[in-house]
Amino acid sequence: MGVLLEIDGLKTQFFTSAGTVKAVDGVSYTVDEGETVAVVGESGCGKSVTAMSILRLIPWPPGKITEGVIRFAGRDLLQLPEDEMRDVRGKDISMIFQEPMTSLNPVLTIGLQLTETMLTHTSATENEARKRAVELLDMVGIAEPERRLAQYPHHLSGGMRQRVMIAMALACEPKLIIADEPTTALDVTIQAQILELMKNLTRDLGVAMIIITHNLGVVARYSDRVNVMYAGKIIEYGSAADIYYRPHHPYTLALLKSVPRMDQPRQAKLDPVEGQPPDLTMLDGGCAFRPRCRYATDECAKGLPPLENVGSGHFTACFQKDKLVSSLQEAS
Amino acid sequence: MTPSGQAAVQDSSHYRGNPTGEVLIDVRGLKMHFPVTEGVLIPRVVASVKAVDGLSFQIMKGETLGLVGESGCGKTTTGRCILQLENPTSGEIMFHGQDINGLDDKAMIDVRKKIQVIFQDPFSSLNPRMKIGEIITEPMKVHNIFPDEDARQKRAVDLLTTCGLKANFYDRYPHEMSGGQRQRVGIARALAMNPEFIICDEAVSALDVSIQAQVINLLEDLRDEFGLTYLFISHDLSVVRHICHRVAVMYLGHMVELADCDELFDNPIHPYSQALLEAVPIPDPDLENSREHKIIKGEIPSPISPPSGCVFHPRCPKAVAKCSNQFPELREVRPGHWVACTEV
Repeated sequence: MGVLLEIDGLKTQFFTSAGTVKAVDGVSYTVDEGETVAVVGESGCGKSVTAMSILRLIPWPPGKITEGVIRFAGRDLLQLPEDEMRDVRGKDISMIFQEPMTSLNPVLTIGLQLTETMLTHTSATENEARKRAVELLDMVGIAEPERRLAQYPHHLSGGMRQRVMIAMALACEPKLIIADEPTTALDVTIQAQILELMKNLTRDLGVAMIIITHNLGVVARYSDRVNVMYAGKIIEYGSAADIYYRPHHPYTLALLKSVPRMDQPRQAKLDPVEGQPPDLTMLDGGCAFRPRCRYATDECAKGLPPLENVGSGHFTACFQKDKLVSSLQEAS
Repeated sequence: MTPSGQAAVQDSSHYRGNPTGEVLIDVRGLKMHFPVTEGVLIPRVVASVKAVDGLSFQIMKGETLGLVGESGCGKTTTGRCILQLENPTSGEIMFHGQDINGLDDKAMIDVRKKIQVIFQDPFSSLNPRMKIGEIITEPMKVHNIFPDEDARQKRAVDLLTTCGLKANFYDRYPHEMSGGQRQRVGIARALAMNPEFIICDEAVSALDVSIQAQVINLLEDLRDEFGLTYLFISHDLSVVRHICHRVAVMYLGHMVELADCDELFDNPIHPYSQALLEAVPIPDPDLENSREHKIIKGEIPSPISPPSGCVFHPRCPKAVAKCSNQFPELREVRPGHWVACTEV
């Protein structure tokens, strides 16, 4: 399948009174048609800002995309005039946000919010749009869809609102859906329902998806490829199996080891990453993970580790990757 | 009969902490119904939200009891009732054999020193206008534990160090700290009173995974060092499995299952506990893809008008006709393993 989205050398910065925050600092990745790609990382690593940059939703001031190319279906989104960009948003690329409570307009009915995108982006009449809205609600598993159209968001539970958000995202048959922590605010049984729904719908409709999350379990089940971000950069990417079974970056390894696992015997003590994530205004030229890294040497301070190929489609940015791999082999 | 933890806690090497046979907290038939009113000038009660509806359990000294369930199941309300931040509708909360329900304010002061809480949100649970030092010393001042200011300051600095923070945080404000550091301040504040019992209400849920592991380790170290007893309220089952000795599963104000941690996670009996465990994704792609996912349908009903009979029956894959009219009592199906389901 062809490449649908290609991000190349993206830099997004926020110019604040405390200094320039390099939220996204040279991020490159691709998404193929129909593929699900995960972006994993902790708060402030730039995963959401990357997603907002794709849709050009970075507020200026203080934020600005300073460098890079975002090629979507052959066009560079960063060069498009604003009115053409509006056609892309919601039609070709749609977004599902984390908070189903705040991302729906509380004073508009579900029906109005669902048909709005269709009326804006397609030639559908109001009746056609309503008919399609009923279909969509049915597709995402909402009972009595006709009655729901007249209801307001506060009539619905969190899980139902997230289903409405998914219906809205699918309304104009997009090629790509960006889901930013789509289930973080939901309970675990509802999370399982929503993720299964998203997986089935994207597969049946052939929609590509970028799923942004900090939950490594969600990533394991629902994504083909994984990008791990730290301090504004992708530090490792590869297939889900590469990341989980053959991590080559100390941060990826530490993330995997710091969560207690349900399928393994209980450990006496967890193995956390010591220290705090770095201040993004104060990054030096070296590896940003260095102060928290168990494998760090003087070499790590000297320059930025480049992303290097360590297996088919598996790349890692670490000077000490050989040391890490051999120590893992010894341990097993 | 009240479910007790006696003889239930195993002596395995992977258990940390040291649960004893002595009962510290004994909750009997706790009910917390919040009135729903209509009318602005003359409000009248038209219904009630049955947040907690008849809950009984015991916590042994030195034990960590996990309380799990989804939003709205009443786990936080249970914690608030024990803290006497709510006035329970009925039931007894025995602390060291004394019912603290309805104690007058004066008698409550002594109890409050011994029962502390760590909240979920490290951003809203610290006063933004107070320095960290003031936040930690204030409870000591209020309870007149260290009348001397220098002694208080010394104790605060000790507590900061115990919780893995530098002594110079004493003069900082909460906004200068990260989420993990603030949560450590919350823990230091809870420890200031030398409590016996700490309620951890989603204490690590708002933290990033790498920081979460640090705070979990800290909570465990403190438990060992000071012989603390925890009620660990959380929706994160993998964290609960790691830290707890026994686990209680709640659904819509009722306890549906209570067992030893390993027993509950290895052999869940109640259909809701089974569904809850099934729903947790595991960070292992091959395992996830080969695992069958039985996803329960539907959503949690409103606690204003809970379903009749077993509250879980509308979503239950094993429900039979009598589940809709017969309320299942908790019963002991194996030693120390309590389940509220008539069909097992």
